[in-house]
Amino acid sequence: MIEAFQYEFMQRAFIAGIMVAITCPLIGIFIVLKRLSMIGDTLSHASLAGVAAGMLWGFYPFWGALIFSVIGALAIERLRKTFSKYAEISNSIILSAGIGLAVVMIGLAKGFNTDLMGYMFGSIAAVNSQDILIMSLLSLIIIFSVIILHKKLFYIAFDEEGAQISGMAVNFLNMYLTILTGLTVVVAMRIVGIFMVSSMLVVPVAAAIQTGKGFIKTIFISVIFALISVIFGLIISYYLDIAPGGTIVLLSVSILIIVLIIKAIKKEK
Amino acid sequence: MKDMENVVLRGEKISFSYDGVKVLKDCSFSVRSKDFAAVVGSNGAGKSTLLKICLDLLKPDEGNIWLFEKPIDKFQEWDKIGYVPQRILNLNLGFPATVEEVVSLPLHITNKLKNLSKKDKINLTDKALKAVGMENYKKRLIGRLSAGQQQRIFIAKALISSPKLLFLDEPTTGIDNETEEDFYNLIYKLNKEEGITIVMVTHDYTDIKSMVSRVIQISDGSISESIHNVEDGDIR
Repeated sequence: MIEAFQYEFMQRAFIAGIMVAITCPLIGIFIVLKRLSMIGDTLSHASLAGVAAGMLWGFYPFWGALIFSVIGALAIERLRKTFSKYAEISNSIILSAGIGLAVVMIGLAKGFNTDLMGYMFGSIAAVNSQDILIMSLLSLIIIFSVIILHKKLFYIAFDEEGAQISGMAVNFLNMYLTILTGLTVVVAMRIVGIFMVSSMLVVPVAAAIQTGKGFIKTIFISVIFALISVIFGLIISYYLDIAPGGTIVLLSVSILIIVLIIKAIKKEK
Repeated sequence: MKDMENVVLRGEKISFSYDGVKVLKDCSFSVRSKDFAAVVGSNGAGKSTLLKICLDLLKPDEGNIWLFEKPIDKFQEWDKIGYVPQRILNLNLGFPATVEEVVSLPLHITNKLKNLSKKDKINLTDKALKAVGMENYKKRLIGRLSAGQQQRIFIAKALISSPKLLFLDEPTTGIDNETEEDFYNLIYKLNKEEGITIVMVTHDYTDIKSMVSRVIQISDGSISESIHNVEDGDIR
C-alpha cells in the first residue's frame, strides 16, 4: 500500500478523493432527505456538456463543468417554479438539455478521447495540480456553507412550511443548496467520473440512514462510509488498473448491502 | 373600538381561489388573546387554506390578515407564532432525526433564540418536552414514535419559542380516540394555564365543544363566527 503513495499522481488522487468523500455526503444528506436524489444526475449531465464545451473550444474543461453545472442548478430552480405541480420535470428537462448539448459538442470535437473518458468514468492519473487547487476552493465553499447553514437546511428538509413560518429565506436557501450540489458534482467528477457522481451523493447517505441514528450522527457516518469507499477504491483501482469511479461506487454499494444485512440480522434477534 | 382590544389575529375580507375556483369569499374574522378558536367546516371547505393564509404561506387574492395588530406583510415577530401541521400522514418515518434535534430546530433559527448558550438551549428543549409529557424520549428517533407521540413532539417544537398564538391544522388526523382525548386536554391546558391563544382547524369539533371559546365556521366559502360561552355551554 505504501508503494502507491510514492507517486505524486497517487498523492493528488488521494487528496482529491478525500475532498470528494467529505463533500458528497455533506450535500447528499440534504438532497436525499428532500427526495431530490435525481438532481445529482441532472447536474452531472449538465457538467458533461461543460466539459465537452471546454474540449471543443480549447478552454480548461473544469471551468466549463463549473459554469454549466451552476447554470443548470439555476435553471432547475427556475423551472421548478414554472412546473410547480410537477417539480421533477425540471430535472428531466435540464438532464435532457445537458446530455443533448454534450453529445452535439462531442460530435463537433470529433468524438471521444482519453481525457473525456477520464471525466466520464473517473481517473487516478489525470488529476493535476490545477484540478486540486480548484477542487480545494470549491470544497472549502461547500464545507463552510454546510457548517453555517446545516440547521437551516435540516429544518427545510424536515418541515419546509415550518421553516418558512419561522421567517427563513427558504427559496434562497433551496437555490443555494442546488448551486452547492452543482459545485459538489464538479469536485467529484475528476475522481469518480461524471456518470457516477450521483451515486456518491446518494449511496453513502442511504447506508448511513439505515444505521438508525440522529441527523448529525448520520452525517458523520455517511462521511466515514464515503471515506472508506474512496480510499479503498483508489487503492484497488491502482493495483488492478481499473477505473476508480466504478470501484469506489461498487464499494459504497457493498457497504450499503452490509449495513442492510446487519440491520436484518439485528431485527431477527 | 373596544371590540378590537386584544385581537391577535384578524382577517379582513379575505378571498382566495384555486385554479379559478373561489374557495373563500369575502371572509372576515377575528381571534382575541387567550381564545381557543376552532376553524370548522366540511372537507374541502377551505379551512387549511385559511390557516395557510393566516401564516403567510398563501397570499389571498383580496383582503388582509393582521397578526398582533400588524399587517402580515410587515409582521416580523414570527417567534410569537407556533404551528403544528397536519403532519402524521406526511411524515417520512425514515427521517434520521432524534426528538431532541426536531424540537430544538427553532432555537437555531429565530433571532431571539439562536444566540442563547448551549446550556440554555438544552434547558428550553427539556422544558418544551416536559410540557407535552415527552421528556423521556429525547434521544429516540422521531419516526419510531407512535402517531400521537409524534404529534406531541410537533407541539413541543412549536412551544419552544414560547409562542403567544398557536395554529394547529387537523392535529389529530391518524390518531386513535383515546390519544385524541389526551391531546385535546393538553391543548386545553396550554390555553388555560399558559394563556396561549389557540387556532385549531378541525372537521369535527364535537369533542372539543366544551373547550372552545370561538368557532369560525366555513361553509360555501363564507365565514360565520360565534362566541362559545364555556360557562353556560351555549353558542351565542
